[in-house]
Amino acid sequence: MSGTFLGMPAFPRNAAAAVQDSQLRFNLRKATRTIRGKRAAVVGELPDWAALREAGKQIKDHTLRNLDRYLLQLEEAVTRAGGHVHWAADAAEANRIVAGLVEATGETSVVKVKSMATQEIGLNEALAERGITAYETDLAELIVQLGDDWPSHILVPAIHRNRSEIREIFRERMGEWGRPAPEDLSDDPRALAEAARLHLRERFLASEVAISGANFMIAETGTLVVLESEGNGRMCLTLPRTLISVVGIEKLLPAWRDLEVFLQLLPRSSTGERMNPYTSTWTGAVEGQEFHLVLLDNGRTAVLADEVGRQALRCIRCSACLNVCPVYERAGGHAYGSVYPGPIGAILTPQLRASGTVASRDRLPPSATGDLDASLPYASSLCGACFEVCPVAIDIPEVLVHLRARTPHPRAERLGMRAAGWVFDRPVRLARAQRLGGRLRRFLPRRLPGPLSAWTDTRDIPDVPAESFRDWWDRTEGGTR
Amino acid sequence: MRVALFITCVNDTLFPGTGRAVVTLLRRLGCEVGFPRAQTCCGQMHLTTGYPREAARLARRLTDVFAGYDAVVTPSGSCAAMVREQYPRLARTAPGPSFAEAVAETAPKVHDLSEFLVDVLGVTDVGASFPHRVVYHPTCHSLRGLHLGDRPARLLRSVRGLELVPLPGAEECCGFGGTFAVKNPAVSAAMCADKVHNVMAAGAEVLCAADNSCLMHIGGALRRQRAGVRIMHLAEILAATGDDPPPGPGAGTGKGAEAGKGEGVGKGAVR
Ligand code: SF4
Repeated sequence: MSGTFLGMPAFPRNAAAAVQDSQLRFNLRKATRTIRGKRAAVVGELPDWAALREAGKQIKDHTLRNLDRYLLQLEEAVTRAGGHVHWAADAAEANRIVAGLVEATGETSVVKVKSMATQEIGLNEALAERGITAYETDLAELIVQLGDDWPSHILVPAIHRNRSEIREIFRERMGEWGRPAPEDLSDDPRALAEAARLHLRERFLASEVAISGANFMIAETGTLVVLESEGNGRMCLTLPRTLISVVGIEKLLPAWRDLEVFLQLLPRSSTGERMNPYTSTWTGAVEGQEFHLVLLDNGRTAVLADEVGRQALRCIRCSACLNVCPVYERAGGHAYGSVYPGPIGAILTPQLRASGTVASRDRLPPSATGDLDASLPYASSLCGACFEVCPVAIDIPEVLVHLRARTPHPRAERLGMRAAGWVFDRPVRLARAQRLGGRLRRFLPRRLPGPLSAWTDTRDIPDVPAESFRDWWDRTEGGTR
Repeated sequence: MRVALFITCVNDTLFPGTGRAVVTLLRRLGCEVGFPRAQTCCGQMHLTTGYPREAARLARRLTDVFAGYDAVVTPSGSCAAMVREQYPRLARTAPGPSFAEAVAETAPKVHDLSEFLVDVLGVTDVGASFPHRVVYHPTCHSLRGLHLGDRPARLLRSVRGLELVPLPGAEECCGFGGTFAVKNPAVSAAMCADKVHNVMAAGAEVLCAADNSCLMHIGGALRRQRAGVRIMHLAEILAATGDDPPPGPGAGTGKGAEAGKGEGVGKGAVR
């Protein structure tokens, strides 16, 4: 890369490395385009999609406005149904609660249903510190875990891997975690799935504790809902004796009938299916099972206080915005440095992480993640494709622009913007600047210096005309002379 | 009809030929065109880079400058979207009720060129002639911001001699995004590479769009690669009539025609 690479903020630096990774680019291009097409087809066939989307948005907004009331209603309903409700203000508290609950069962391992909330709080690592092993059972999460890797997509965490890479990971690592993959494993998707199935089955049958998240929680009934494709989640939800669910407080819906809207919006936006293969719902604890619900804030109430930024809490984690995003497609999920990549990550991550204290809400903190978080709102060309596909109409470009305003700006940029503002403040100044440019135009170098070299590295600059439009208008009296 | 031309700072400074084309075209269609000289910049760059206060100042200037016209026409989908979508938001947070009133009064009258032609004047055949193979790139703000839909295509299809060819992946962003192009140069270049590839696959001589900023970006890459595809703003094609001199020998390299000769019609070469 060019000289501009040095001293670049985190996202552009990560992305610059990612765009050169031809395997990653190939995998992502193929995967995102396929799913984009499937989504477009199943959304396009619904004549009332726009109305559904509006309903989804309004239900979520209504719930968020009355979150306190609905959360208490949920707590009551879950408790009535024999479950235990715990409240966690932040990641550390949530991890402490979950680890304590697992330790109380005397077990040293748990199986996990795919869950974003537990990724967000780093639960697996926190459990490992207390000697508890967490086994991921979602196929893609399993690939990530075995590969000692990071998820790069909300729905398909191993989207950056292709099947031959997966075969290598299975062959090399599965044995360390349980039943090994067969020696002659091929990279046929069916063979890979079968190897995972056998590996996981032993795990399910041997596990006493499961940890899940939830796609939705119903305040009225105290019901939790998980949508999935593989059925592995359902094994975790039913077989073990203790079930612990960690759920962000924004996952709430007021009533059972609200699912009508969201069970249409989510699968169509997410996997591009009319309906997902498995939908599990449970209310409190069943006979012989213990159920704990950990309600997670971790910055959400602070986000709720921001009138523009709060719409990010409507997100139902469908990942449609990732699949359609031209920046995500080229930079990959890891460049975003968070479990929430893509457009939603660019608006959610900086907000969640900035909200540690009330005082830091105006300016993003200059912490270790500050550099990255300050660059995330700029990880977008504001093309608007994410807003267009979002099933709950989150205006991601609006939030990006909003967050950019409270991001610390580099000094050179501040000066440049101030100078531009000064020139645009008076038409005579603009005219003078244009004339100067016109006179110097023959001396403009093909390669510009400083930050502007980022333009001329790959693009020519246009020729500066001898005369601006306004001077032409004056000279010719609007072209009449 | 008394129409004000909102030229935009980029066109004023770098693409005066586009402005001249708009003037020619609107006059041909019977409009009286004014150019309020107090106009400068709509503030989009400041806003999207994170400087809303500076943007609000420029927004206030622009709404004042264009108050009192029947219609304001701009050859930029992006700047039209800025005024119509972002100004009301800026007005909500900026102090003073007079600004909000001025925005409510002026913003709805600001039209992108193709909107103005099709919706306000009600024409699709503007009497143009341009016997070339053209591919049209719908820029993000004209597509998803203003929802221009097929208006530009309908205008282009009515141009005599023009053959409009489809652009694969047309709806994908070209990677310009204002300061995005320099803040995230690697991703921007990767996006542009795909756009250039699709433009070449379309097999056209001319790449057309409703925004010179995106054209400057794609065109800059085309030129760097010596691709031999010329960029032209929609206004320049619509202003062209059979009487124009053919594009000069340097067409598309930007070295051909000189700006400032005054006739300024169909001069795709003025780049
Ligand atoms: S922001 Fe919208 S499109 Fe993106 S994951 Fe959330 S709900 Fe889906």
